[in-house]
Amino acid sequence: MKNSHEKVEKNVGLFFLFTVFAISIGGLVEITPLFFQKETTTPVDNLKPYTALQMEGRDIYIREGCSNCHSQMIRPFRAETERYGHYSVAGESVWEHPFLWGSKRTGPDLARVGGRYSDDWHIAHLTDPRSVVPESNMPAYSWLNTNTLDGELIARKLSTFNFLTRNRSHKDENGNAIPLYTQAEIDGAKDAVKGKTEMSALIAYLQSLGHALK
Amino acid sequence: MSSFWNIWVWVLTLGSLVGCFLLLRMCLKNFAGVEEGESMGHTFDGIEELNNPLPKWWSTFFLLTIIWAFGYIALYGLGNWTGLLGWKSSNQGILNLAESKAKTLENLQKDSGVLVQYDREVAAADAKFGPIFEAYAARSIEDLATDGEALKVGQRLFIQNCAQCHGSDAHGTTGFPNLTDKDWLYGGTPEVIKETIMNGRIASGMMAWEGALGGDQGVKEVAAYVISLSGRSVDPELAKAGKAKFALCAGCHGPDGQGSLALGMPMGAPNLTDNIWLYGGSQRAIESSIRNGRAGVMPPWKDILGEEKVHLISAYVYSLSQD
Repeated sequence: MKNSHEKVEKNVGLFFLFTVFAISIGGLVEITPLFFQKETTTPVDNLKPYTALQMEGRDIYIREGCSNCHSQMIRPFRAETERYGHYSVAGESVWEHPFLWGSKRTGPDLARVGGRYSDDWHIAHLTDPRSVVPESNMPAYSWLNTNTLDGELIARKLSTFNFLTRNRSHKDENGNAIPLYTQAEIDGAKDAVKGKTEMSALIAYLQSLGHALK
Repeated sequence: MSSFWNIWVWVLTLGSLVGCFLLLRMCLKNFAGVEEGESMGHTFDGIEELNNPLPKWWSTFFLLTIIWAFGYIALYGLGNWTGLLGWKSSNQGILNLAESKAKTLENLQKDSGVLVQYDREVAAADAKFGPIFEAYAARSIEDLATDGEALKVGQRLFIQNCAQCHGSDAHGTTGFPNLTDKDWLYGGTPEVIKETIMNGRIASGMMAWEGALGGDQGVKEVAAYVISLSGRSVDPELAKAGKAKFALCAGCHGPDGQGSLALGMPMGAPNLTDNIWLYGGSQRAIESSIRNGRAGVMPPWKDILGEEKVHLISAYVYSLSQD
């Protein structure tokens, strides 16, 4: 074993492989088992799939980068649950692709914002946040009022979500998986969203958040 | 966790800890075939590598971290084993609120062997604050509205939960009522305020009237009449024509525009005679209200805050309009 370490020191490819191996152990222990746990693959009882309009709103939420300032992850601390409601559990996120938990908390957590404010408030607030909350430093998103949806992609989005959640949807009494969306819902999705404003889609999405555990 | 993943976690974790220890032991030995402190026999750019051992303090700390890891595992567990403390941060894996509550009760039993940090934290806070809220809940809202301490708590809760719409000073803004004046949509008695906060309100909703009023001219006429109700000067011809059409509005706002509350009806139709304007009092704003309709919504807070906190907020809101 005479100075065998020299081999690693002088061979960058080998050193790279060893490094990747060492780093991957953390993920193999902490992440991989979660893909197969009951807690992380069973939806909570009241979890409902997003409607076509809510799904479009979710994509606007992603496009506008809302998760850069708003988390959707209520941590199990009393200080947070007093303000936002029951802490988030994995079963609420099993249909999220990608999940929007976020980590930066410039604004309040939105995991259970659904039903907390009226639609009118959301319109006023997204159009000009300072009209209702003078202390706010949130940017205005007034163009959501004028942009309309064409619904070109929504049917494909819904079928994609059926595919992504095929092993993790609710089960009927015989234990068979119930797909998130029926063929009729997928076929009617375009008509359901076409011509609606982006504002109404985003608000529909926000109002749907967090009801599964409330 | 299935036994496969349990073994997976144990083997990889303990394996890497043992691996770290073996690696450290190997590196502490001198394999180079060169005396400690002597040259390794090569230089680069005038710098010569010596065969120095690992620093003592560094290898000691490395060893301590490995020992620490075993202590941590013993206390907090690994895989399916919850460890000697039985510690968990929260109840994961619950499928509904009832399950969550049942788990909490179960884990708070002394002999459950599980220490759920969150449940302990909440139980401790409830033991501390519970009696305070309970004492407030037993007193009437009128009584609390004269108690400075109770109002401070109520104000805190208001700022946290209500200020987003009604403003941190409760003066409201366009579309969201001012709570400091004596103009109420559903009533300003303590009971009604509490009822409004508990269950929320959905205004019957004013429809868009442009069609029924015969187009833009009709809207302008009714707007002129509505403006005249609070004593502002308007084109008398327009107002006269508007007055004739106001019968359509009287169903909710009352024959004299005094609002649904004065009629004893729970529609949330504002008083139009007091020069207080929920959606703006300019001619343009009033015309827009008539043309497009309005519908205010107050969300219900019963499930979010619970009755005891709503009781205190009601006292705070009630106190704002008392002289």
